[in-house]
Amino acid sequence: MNVDQPAQKPIFTKDDFVSSQEVRWCPGCGDYSILATAQRTLAKYNIPREKHVFISGIGCSSRFPYYMNTYGFHTIHGRAPTIASGLKCVAPDLKVWVITGDGDGLSIGGNHLIHCMRRNIDINILLVNNQIYGLTKGQYSPTSEFGKVTKSSPMGSIDYPINALCIALASESTFVARTTDTDPRHMGMILERAMAHKGTSFVEIYQNCIIFNDKAFGPVTGRDTKEDRMVFLEDGKPLIFGKDRNKAIFIKRLQPVTGDYDPVKTYPDILVHQESGVSSHHAYLLTQMRYPEMPVPFGVFRAIERPTYDALLQNQVDQAVKDRGAGDLKKLIYGGQTWRVE
Amino acid sequence: MAMTHSKTITQATAITVRFAGDSGDGMQLTGDQFTDTSAVMGNDFATFPDYPAEIRAPAGTLPGVSSFQIQFSEAIVFTPGDIADVLIAMNPAALKVNLHHVKKSGLIIVNESVFTEPNLRKANYKTNPLNDGTLQDYQVMRVPITELTKNALKEHPLKLTEVERCKNFFALGLMFWLYSRDYEYTFQWIKKKFAKRPEIAEANIAAVKAGYSFGDITEAFNVQYQVKKASLQKGTYRKITGNEALAIGLIAGARLANKTLFYGSYPITPASGILHELSSHKHYDVKTFQAEDEIAAIGTAIGASFGGQIAVTGTSGPGVCLKSEALGLAVMAELPLILIDVQRSGPSTGMPTKTEQTDLLQVLYGRNGESPICVLAPQTPADCFDVAVEAIRIAVKYMTPVAILSEGYLANAAEPWKLPEIEKFEKITVVHPQKTEAEFLPYARDPKTLARPWAIPGTPGLEHRIGGLAKADLTGNVSYDPVNNQKMIQLRAEKIQRIAEDIPALEVRGAKSGQLLVLGWGGTYGAIYQAVDDLDKDSSRIGQAHLKYLCPFPRGLEKIVRSYKKVLVPELNSGQLIMLLRAQFPGVVFEGLNKIQGLPFQVDEIRNKIKGLL
Ligand code: SF4
Repeated sequence: MNVDQPAQKPIFTKDDFVSSQEVRWCPGCGDYSILATAQRTLAKYNIPREKHVFISGIGCSSRFPYYMNTYGFHTIHGRAPTIASGLKCVAPDLKVWVITGDGDGLSIGGNHLIHCMRRNIDINILLVNNQIYGLTKGQYSPTSEFGKVTKSSPMGSIDYPINALCIALASESTFVARTTDTDPRHMGMILERAMAHKGTSFVEIYQNCIIFNDKAFGPVTGRDTKEDRMVFLEDGKPLIFGKDRNKAIFIKRLQPVTGDYDPVKTYPDILVHQESGVSSHHAYLLTQMRYPEMPVPFGVFRAIERPTYDALLQNQVDQAVKDRGAGDLKKLIYGGQTWRVE
Repeated sequence: MAMTHSKTITQATAITVRFAGDSGDGMQLTGDQFTDTSAVMGNDFATFPDYPAEIRAPAGTLPGVSSFQIQFSEAIVFTPGDIADVLIAMNPAALKVNLHHVKKSGLIIVNESVFTEPNLRKANYKTNPLNDGTLQDYQVMRVPITELTKNALKEHPLKLTEVERCKNFFALGLMFWLYSRDYEYTFQWIKKKFAKRPEIAEANIAAVKAGYSFGDITEAFNVQYQVKKASLQKGTYRKITGNEALAIGLIAGARLANKTLFYGSYPITPASGILHELSSHKHYDVKTFQAEDEIAAIGTAIGASFGGQIAVTGTSGPGVCLKSEALGLAVMAELPLILIDVQRSGPSTGMPTKTEQTDLLQVLYGRNGESPICVLAPQTPADCFDVAVEAIRIAVKYMTPVAILSEGYLANAAEPWKLPEIEKFEKITVVHPQKTEAEFLPYARDPKTLARPWAIPGTPGLEHRIGGLAKADLTGNVSYDPVNNQKMIQLRAEKIQRIAEDIPALEVRGAKSGQLLVLGWGGTYGAIYQAVDDLDKDSSRIGQAHLKYLCPFPRGLEKIVRSYKKVLVPELNSGQLIMLLRAQFPGVVFEGLNKIQGLPFQVDEIRNKIKGLL
């Protein structure tokens, strides 16, 4: 039985992953949906609770570990990827999750996020993006749109926003995906893909902060608009969207453009999704599809195989033992030039 | 080898030699070889490498000078010597920078070949110091080392630049002759080192021989010295630097605990040597992680500790600044963690290759909130081994971060290390709890040590969450209860204090009471020991005590400091330990001796201060 696949006869239920701690997010916060989806997803596998570790930094979403009935570590601002990396290096059989936010992961902890992904440490990073600082009560974040008026930017923010997925791709992440709190089914599917992936899985989750940035993603993921403004990526398939599935993405002069689509016709320039391209050009191009000019892609942007850091590290230890024998302390101490005094 | 004793042989008890040249001249290597040979010949020794932060400053300039000092002796030595008996200056800049390190009437051997107009200018000499009376108080030996090396290697098939690079071996050969050293050890070393370039090995060997015979033949040298074997304790020895000893000690400690050693570090002078050393010992189940920055370095270590292994992060002062928030997390999470701070001269970037003891207060108090940790300081290079093992023992037993305050001076200085019998070391017992009938309480405490249980992820039934938010007693759940908060802070402080019951009481050498106690900490041990020894041969007037445990202080400290009229506290800072002592022991007369020049104490400086107080 492969525990890395959803079980045919699951032995756990969602409740097994619910801790005794009272959840303290604002009513209506998108984090509830993420928490429930994570708990439901883990229950699908026959991986015991003690094998999961949730590690977070600081921010609203970073309270997440307290609510999971697994091992957890609520660390300090931005540093969760470092603690997760160290843990995974010494305990490769654990399922290590990092829960971070747009401020935690892309601002104060940006450096760690980058290096964790380039090393391809086998952990799952969920970056909960609400484009605002919630816990500190509503300052603009690194993903807030330009000109955003907040308490700390009464005349509008003059910081140009960063795109989380571009950072992931530039950091050579081997698994890059986007999902949203409004679509738990899609989110669950992405979490399963992230779990199955060997290496750093980076998942951006659009999340609604109902208090400080309500409906930030509404124009895209809202009930009335989503059919026309979200496009779901499927490996090997063209990017088709619209209520009547009559629109698609085409490539014109290296630019993605929208156009009409008729399933009986063939289109040489239609954009067909490829998760595993050698280079990240294709995935990068998809990240540039933004509202309002374009529908916004959701799904797995990129998934490739590369050896993981934790496995390579263990290999070096094993290789050293093979080449030189398991270290003998006495030899170590007596190493180098010694001399006797009688 | 054939020793032709054509000159007078004079017995010497202790000699201090200083090798100085351009960074590219291989002075550290030359010094190392001289040291190894002295070790093999049975002398006691202490060394002090003194080199610039610049990897290669422009050749021949003052900032590019690299020096290496060794004191070797037939007696036990405690320091690399205050001032050199002999200086080998491979160029004018080396002479200029090092002249004040040579005692008056001492011997200066200069490489005359390079005392040319352009080189003198690079060293800011307006006139040639060999001719203008600058050196009139010294015995000067002008040896055209470069020329003689070239002549000696005429027949060797090497490029001119390669030939010139052999000149340090000529100098080494000359010093071997002067101090009646056997060159066989160095020959073996050269053959091994240059196994892939036998022609270079041959040339270097020929250069050593040429230097040796030059000493023998030249009229200029008429005395040759001998330094007898030191009466070291019986045993097997090796030469060790502080950084090497720390690395080996960490491996030993992890082994004694039957754990993986995880070392998260970001390269920084003068701590990088530990990372290098550890990364070459992976077969001891050592995992080194070169992190993206200092914060990640400690973060990964905290993660490894959460995972149940021996976790260490090593750095220098500037790195400790960056790690302090994470260190606070380890305090709150009550996880075992070793922080190594190889102190260097500050503030800010300061003088990265120079030594200081200025991080004591930072390591004790440089965090937000009240977050006590255990702090240890090794006192000699070899002592770093014991301190590393001890730090691991305390960290896992008390579930606490332990800081090791090493120093640039200890990190790079070498001394003979009497190798310990590792079989006799006590195992470090670690118990990870398993599920029982009772509810698991992550912050329940051992009644004796106050340590909380080290339950590691992967253990069925003990799932729990820890973190940086204030913890409720016993459950470890997030708590904003005011009374609980004070209780937890006091418990953590009390836990650190209880370590005092578990460490050796402070020992005093010499007079147990009376006029003066000299109380130091860390790498000043050797200089203080020597100074006290020189002034108080029969150990009747002065007491000496040295603090290896800075937090908590060892038992008996109060009684000891109150047994003397005065307590002298020499420190390589403006008075950090003394501030703590004054706060804790009011009424005792503490007197500071402070130096912040990036250099260790000279014995003479301490001796003079003591004389003034007696
Ligand atoms: S402030 Fe926003 S992000 Fe934070 S808990 Fe409330 S709704 Fe959620």
